[in-house]
Amino acid sequence: MLSYVLKRLSHTLLVIVGISIVSFVFLQLSGDPVGLMLPQDATSQQIEDLRHKLGLDDPVVVQYLRFVGNALRGDLGRSLFSNEPVAALILERLPATVELAFFSMAFALVIALPIGIVSALKRGTLIDTASMVLALFGLSMPHFWLGIMMIMLFSVQLGWLPTSGRGSFAQIIMPAAAMGISMVALFARLTRSTLLEVLGQDYVRTARAKGLPEYIVIGKHALKNAMIPLVTMIGMEFGLLLGGAVIIETVFAWPGVGRLIVQAIMDRDYPVVQGAVMLLSMIFVIVNLLVDLAYGWLDPDVSLRRASK
Amino acid sequence: MEAAPPLLEIDGLSIDAMLADGPVRLVDGVTLGLRAGEVLGLVGESGCGKSLLSYSILRLLAPGLRISGGDIRLEGRSLATLPERKIRAMRGNEISMIFQEPMTALNPVFTIGDQVAEVFRTHQRLSRPQARAKAVEALAAVGVPSPEIRVGQYPADLSGGMRQRVMIAMALACRPKILIADEPTTALDTTIQAQILELMRGLQRNFGTSIVFISHDLGVVAEVADHVAVLYCGRVVEEAPVAELFRNPRHPYTRGLMGAVPQPDAEDMPDVLHEIKGNVPRPGHLPGGCRFHPRCPVARDICRISDPPRVAVGAQHHVACWEAADAS
Ligand SMILES: Nc1ncnc2c1ncn2[C@@H]1O[C@H](COP(=O)(O)OP(=O)(O)O)[C@@H](O)[C@H]1O
Ligand SMILES: [Mg+2]
Repeated sequence: MLSYVLKRLSHTLLVIVGISIVSFVFLQLSGDPVGLMLPQDATSQQIEDLRHKLGLDDPVVVQYLRFVGNALRGDLGRSLFSNEPVAALILERLPATVELAFFSMAFALVIALPIGIVSALKRGTLIDTASMVLALFGLSMPHFWLGIMMIMLFSVQLGWLPTSGRGSFAQIIMPAAAMGISMVALFARLTRSTLLEVLGQDYVRTARAKGLPEYIVIGKHALKNAMIPLVTMIGMEFGLLLGGAVIIETVFAWPGVGRLIVQAIMDRDYPVVQGAVMLLSMIFVIVNLLVDLAYGWLDPDVSLRRASK
Repeated sequence: MEAAPPLLEIDGLSIDAMLADGPVRLVDGVTLGLRAGEVLGLVGESGCGKSLLSYSILRLLAPGLRISGGDIRLEGRSLATLPERKIRAMRGNEISMIFQEPMTALNPVFTIGDQVAEVFRTHQRLSRPQARAKAVEALAAVGVPSPEIRVGQYPADLSGGMRQRVMIAMALACRPKILIADEPTTALDTTIQAQILELMRGLQRNFGTSIVFISHDLGVVAEVADHVAVLYCGRVVEEAPVAELFRNPRHPYTRGLMGAVPQPDAEDMPDVLHEIKGNVPRPGHLPGGCRFHPRCPVARDICRISDPPRVAVGAQHHVACWEAADAS
């Protein structure tokens, strides 16, 4: 297990180095900041001096190492627009995005797991078909449209929920539901199919032959095995939620990183865009690492097999 | 002059598969008895219904299969009509099962100790630590070395033979009256197979457990069984005490299976077996008359037309073959 963890950690480190290189290249491609910082009629001597002062005349490798060094100290540059440190801007918005991702996931799982389990246990019955159709219905609706429909129904018509903003629990319900509903079908179907497969396994028959009550056969023996693919999917979707909340954050004026990115793109605020993208990529990678470690814990075979590869 | 009633009676048992275009009979009117302390061998080629017969005893048939006739009785009590709760209390407690594939029969994500301890927790309501201690004992009893380490390991850490020992430990944990072993050694290599057979013989002697031992290999059955029933296409075609069966096999199918047993004097060419010609017919596409006639070397006209009756040809020796029926 330990060697598996170390192996996975070193992989993650490699990917993070890769992300930093891509981010650095992106920064290089986004143009020379000197042009933006000096007036139009600056002399070539003035340009030369500023370039030297900013270290832009150093070899690329030195510039990259300086970029990494700064990033490690939490310095991702400053916003061209507000002149605030990029890292501070992002960190200020991050909790809102994580919170929304968490509630969306919780919303999706609370609905999807029971649907998936019941469909698997009652396969071929009316309950099975009905719940799968319902889940698919959720999948086929784009979430910005769903968000707008929800606002029209629950805020405008019924006046039950606030349309936007963050702060109270009432405000997170709609954005979390709008994002969660599209994942319900995914998780319900995955739960159903993996559980069906697991229920046909020999060890389930063994569990029954031992005289275990059905709730232990299903709830313990079958479900822990069915959890393995589910956890992978949950991790991947969670990573996507963190980066992909751009639309829902905009529809519901949710003050997260997604809206920060949209705003920064409109302002051509490159350091903010680049910093946010880099940070979200890293979060994605780290979430995946955590998922893989959870996976190793769920499936004792994995840690052994993967470590020996 | 019938002796005491058997511990387990299978009485005219039929099992059907419920397919879209109607039921198909897979096991057809099987009658067998298992006496206390006895090992009953069930033998027959793959697909003849051995596993279904054994699952039906504990009502573990897959969905889509059902008992369509006959009865199963344990000490006179009918199991077929017992409420689910009662049959569950019996599984792993009074009647246990072990399976062919020790690789897949254990759950890969729980430790050996947990899986053995579960039986004690369920049937004897023991606490976690008590059940754990009993699990260590149970593993030691089936010859698992350093059981206190093994309880913390996962099935993937064990060899096939060790896993089958764990299955046996689990099955015998509550000292059941009956152990049903469905091809317990088929997936193991020959030396391990011999060790497991030796273990089962030893446990049977010590605990007096009655065993239903299933194999497609008559040679293996001969090593452990007291009484042997030969199955073909869901029916018992011959049944006799093991010595009697080998001395005087009356059904051509039984003789065919014996031809498929490597003979000790054929050491120089152990791979040359006298296989039975042809294939097992598929259920639902069975030939009329005697089900074995298309493959039978001595089939006559009557075999093609009419089902042979079951006749007694010796003490506890029955056979369903026209040749024997005509001779008696
Ligand atoms: N769930 C099922 N549905 C339909 N047919 C089945 C099912 N399970 C087994 N059978 C059929 O029943 C017959 C007997 O199977 P089985 O008892 O497993 O044979 P054995 O154990 O003797 O090899 C086979 O022909 C098999 O194809
Ligand atoms: Mg079988």
